Amino acid sequence: MAEAFLQPLLLPALAAHHLLAAPVLLPLGTAALMLLMGTRRRGAKAVLNLLSTSAGLLLAVALLLRVTPQDGAAAAIAVYLPGNWPVPFGIVLVADRLAALLCVLASAVALAALLFAVARWHLAGLHFHALFQLQLLGLQGAFLTGDLFNLFVFFEVLLAASYGLLLHGGGLARVRAGLHYVAVNLLASLLFLIGVALLYGVAGTLNMADLSMKLRQVPEGDRGLLHAGASIMAVAFLAKAALWPLNFWLPPAYAAASTPVAALFVILTKVGVYALLRLWTLCFAPGAGASALFGSPVLVWAGLATLAWGSVGMLASQQLARLAGYSVIASAGTLVAALGFNDPALTGGALLYLAGSTLAGAALFLLVELLERARRVEADTPRLDDALQPPPAFTEAEPPPGANLDDDEAALVGRVIPAALAFLGVGFTLCAMAVAGLPPLSGFVAKLAMLTTLLHLGNAAAPVLFALLILSSLAAATALLRVGLRHFWTLQARPVPGLRTADALPVALLLGAGLLLALGGDAALRYTRAAADTLHRPGHYIDAVMAARPVVPPPAVATAAPAPEGRP
Amino acid sequence: MEIVVSLAIGVLSGAGVWLVLRPRTFQVLIGLSLLSYAVNLFIFSVGSLSEGKPPLVRDGLPADLAHYADPLPQSLVLTAIVIGFATTALFLVLLLALRGLAGSDHVDGDEDAA
Repeated sequence: MAEAFLQPLLLPALAAHHLLAAPVLLPLGTAALMLLMGTRRRGAKAVLNLLSTSAGLLLAVALLLRVTPQDGAAAAIAVYLPGNWPVPFGIVLVADRLAALLCVLASAVALAALLFAVARWHLAGLHFHALFQLQLLGLQGAFLTGDLFNLFVFFEVLLAASYGLLLHGGGLARVRAGLHYVAVNLLASLLFLIGVALLYGVAGTLNMADLSMKLRQVPEGDRGLLHAGASIMAVAFLAKAALWPLNFWLPPAYAAASTPVAALFVILTKVGVYALLRLWTLCFAPGAGASALFGSPVLVWAGLATLAWGSVGMLASQQLARLAGYSVIASAGTLVAALGFNDPALTGGALLYLAGSTLAGAALFLLVELLERARRVEADTPRLDDALQPPPAFTEAEPPPGANLDDDEAALVGRVIPAALAFLGVGFTLCAMAVAGLPPLSGFVAKLAMLTTLLHLGNAAAPVLFALLILSSLAAATALLRVGLRHFWTLQARPVPGLRTADALPVALLLGAGLLLALGGDAALRYTRAAADTLHRPGHYIDAVMAARPVVPPPAVATAAPAPEGRP
Repeated sequence: MEIVVSLAIGVLSGAGVWLVLRPRTFQVLIGLSLLSYAVNLFIFSVGSLSEGKPPLVRDGLPADLAHYADPLPQSLVLTAIVIGFATTALFLVLLLALRGLAGSDHVDGDEDAA
């Protein structure tokens, strides 16, 4: 009787305990349900997908609030044992501030991409919604797992789903880019496995926290093996994070992908950055003896090369979708270079940049299609940006019929700009400012935080990153400005682009989230700095994971329930 | 034992790398398969090679690698085989799709593209 009375009271506590597994289980259940629904009933699946993705976003936000203690405690790390086995043996889910932040980001980008897809794209293939949920499952699992081999499994889940999503819509371009994408990622996965095997051979454990402790007592003879394993695994992560010279697959693949998929893929490169950051700060923290900060110069300089390459690529791109792809590369380069310095304040700024650039990058990919669609309304404009033709306004003496001039060729004031064009213009401007890191958006706050930190760093690479951060902003602003001029300021008799609310809403949401991030810049920066502090003091993480104990079933329940048969 | 396994890994990965760098999609597929066999053998070998030892701790014997086989690499290999099988099948589908769409089995879908 007493238990039946107490049960409702215990539920909230139980729910809070299982919150950590929920972001992984929800997409898994939804995807399974969708596969059971067969290939038809896409409307029902779209509704289900929207509900599940929204619920996932709420769960991720709840998780973020859970790991952000109100009383200012230094570290809040939630640990969950899915199999209820003691720690170094069973698998474990861990959420700290960084993991929760990335979960929220992934859910937010996914929701925007899904809203965009539901407007028209989801009809282009049979299993879009199921693949979409599996992609989310892999993403959330990769962010939350505290176990090296589970990281591999979740990587494979998200990659397998991404292969399917990349091919969504079909066509030669997608199949060709998809084949390259699959081949590169299969090779990277093999390298990941070799790295896992080597680390297991050296340390004898796959639990990340346990690994971090064991690596401190590695005998000198095994150190070469440890470094080889870590480097091989890092190559796999860096290929996924699109670091130069491992990133030639990215621009064609992202340009070929259907628009909502490309927007979702923006978060995929961040998974590589996340895995690298997590393992590097855990295994090669300054306290790790002879292996302390192993590979730091490589990360910094490879990141700088990527940043430069991405910026030049943005300037050189003829096609807007490729430009967006190169902006993803530039942001990955910024992140890896900044993280390689192993400075908490710099990492804090970089994590804020990660949040802002992910939202802006996804919005840019969505805008690409809206802009191209507006252009395609005109007579057969090629998909390539017509960089070789001068804008018509400079070549024709007569102003074209659509020009904003009256009969005496004086400027006509007060002509109404169509709402769709106004939205596209404002949206594109905001998006360009966010991608380039211009004030007043969050990209600028983050870049300013990184620049001020870099001034105080004694590292030889610090001035290079300082200069490149500013130059890459210039390159991005120039490239995007050129696109903006071509699309909005050329005088052409063009029909008003049709824009439905369903198309505009996700872009507006992403840009609005970016604006919120800038308005709450102080709070966001404090959060990312706290996340960076937790990362760079791995002791908290290790203690929290190692202190986790399996749940002992309450004795009353244990005796009341009959023991399941077949259990020893 | 060690020599045989090392040679097998070396030959498999050497052939795999060479095939992956070839321009025909089918060669790339076989190369990826060979590489995944090499990696699976390699994972197996890090758990210290042993013959005829079950992955069980028996009474009366100390629980160290001299007396039982490490079960973890075996489960890792099992997972890796399953995942590798699925992704190879997917690559095969893509290969056929590219062959059908582009009419060529070149990895770029076009002999002159490279």
